[in-house]
Amino acid sequence: MKAFRILASNISESFKGVFRNFSLSLASISCITITLVLVGFSIILSYNVNNFTSTIEKDLTIVVFLDRGVTQEQIDEVKTKIDSLSNVKSIKFNSKNQVKEEMQEEFSKLDGILEQYNEETNPLQDTYLVKVEDINTIGDTADSISKFENVDIVKYGEGSVEELVKIFDIVKKITYIVVIALVLVTAFLISNTIKITIQSRKREIEIRRLVGASNAFIKQPFFFEGIILGFIGAFLPVIICCVGYNYLYQKLGGQLFTAIIPLVKPSSLIYVVVLVLIALGVLVGAFGSYRAVRKHLKI
Amino acid sequence: MQLIELKNVYKRYNNGVTALCDVDLSISKGEFVFVIGASGSGKSTLIKLLYRQERPTKGEVYVGGINVAKLRNGKVYKLRRKLGIVFQDYKLLPKKTVYENVAFALEVYGLPKDEIRKKVLKAVEQVGLKDKLRSYPDELSGGEQQRVSIARAIVNDPKVLICDEPTGNLDPKTSMEVMKVIDEINKDLGTTIIMATHDKDIVNKMKKRVIVIENGLVAKDIMKGKYKNEGI
Repeated sequence: MKAFRILASNISESFKGVFRNFSLSLASISCITITLVLVGFSIILSYNVNNFTSTIEKDLTIVVFLDRGVTQEQIDEVKTKIDSLSNVKSIKFNSKNQVKEEMQEEFSKLDGILEQYNEETNPLQDTYLVKVEDINTIGDTADSISKFENVDIVKYGEGSVEELVKIFDIVKKITYIVVIALVLVTAFLISNTIKITIQSRKREIEIRRLVGASNAFIKQPFFFEGIILGFIGAFLPVIICCVGYNYLYQKLGGQLFTAIIPLVKPSSLIYVVVLVLIALGVLVGAFGSYRAVRKHLKI
Repeated sequence: MQLIELKNVYKRYNNGVTALCDVDLSISKGEFVFVIGASGSGKSTLIKLLYRQERPTKGEVYVGGINVAKLRNGKVYKLRRKLGIVFQDYKLLPKKTVYENVAFALEVYGLPKDEIRKKVLKAVEQVGLKDKLRSYPDELSGGEQQRVSIARAIVNDPKVLICDEPTGNLDPKTSMEVMKVIDEINKDLGTTIIMATHDKDIVNKMKKRVIVIENGLVAKDIMKGKYKNEGI
């Protein structure tokens, strides 16, 4: 009961503190707001880049063309060999007949031409579709497959797609670094801003010490104040990110420039942004004021 | 053991100044003691040792059974809860009313609201400021502000009231009013009073125990003493 009363009075004290020192609170809040907006943008960006690269990576396949006239035994032999490679995730056989049918379905012009070929005369080749674990070493995997017996040629998305994936991989890493750096900078900035706020309340802390308040008791209201400031500071960035991204998504029709680059649906992204921003604001605010008040507890 | 005991206390600051040198003192419950001395005599240091603003370099300081010299920073509040401290500059919070300023000292105990109210009213009545409860410090005179800070100091029924030049900023007439309040606390509540001062008139009028500090030493310790000019 006693502890609860102390807690209650400290929480109400922290609310009063926010409004009694409103100009300084505003400084902390706007500091949190600005950095969290940037953090929000980075999160949205990295989410989209991530989404894009994983979509591409899922589509990237090595197509293994087998020699014409291979026997079923030889086909199975190639499969065992490919399976034994470490980077291989899945493997799927596409016989020349299946390929023929797929082509007939896809291109109506070829339909008639291909119809003339039967099992014996089909000029197409049996293929294996191989997916890999790590996209970055897809070239090496393709190379080793091409050296197997009865393998004619090996194709994968050499060139543009691979380049694009590499670039986006770098972008992804950069956004991670930016998010982490921003979080650290925010924590530091807020801690400093709150330090200035607390500097002006040095007297209050001193008097608390002198009338017999324990250190934990003195820290408590500042701790809650930090949480309140962080929460208020996260409010605007949350709105900006949610509304802004939704608007952007609608405006661009769910894709960036071309259909190759789809945007993440706002509904699946926004709750993450909201949670992360609020959690970040609260944590950073609490940590910042906790750190700042410690200095003054020596009187 | 006496309420307050100092044994062979030395205090040397980091800059090399020796403020106190082999001080032995004991003050018993209910006493009213003046500590006098020129600026730089070590008087303030002595007072600060009692509420552990400073720690002795050597020796032992006991206040109400607590060994102040060995008290860790995190445990200082245990000592301060047994004390009331009054400062020359009042140390009131400007954005809180008289009532809130006095209640501030009780918040740390987590008492129920009506109990806080009872205690605050009692303390404010003791210093004669019952009609100023809702005023802010800057609406009060210096003497009234000091009385608020005294009310805050006694609101938790301390055993000892430490006053560090409480009349330093006040005119003689107001000083006497404040002294009357402090004297009443000593008589009515039996609180031990230790007061550092420069004020000759006050010391001479009150005729209490006087401890004279000179160059970091206890030069004199006399009952019903007077403030003489020698060396001060």
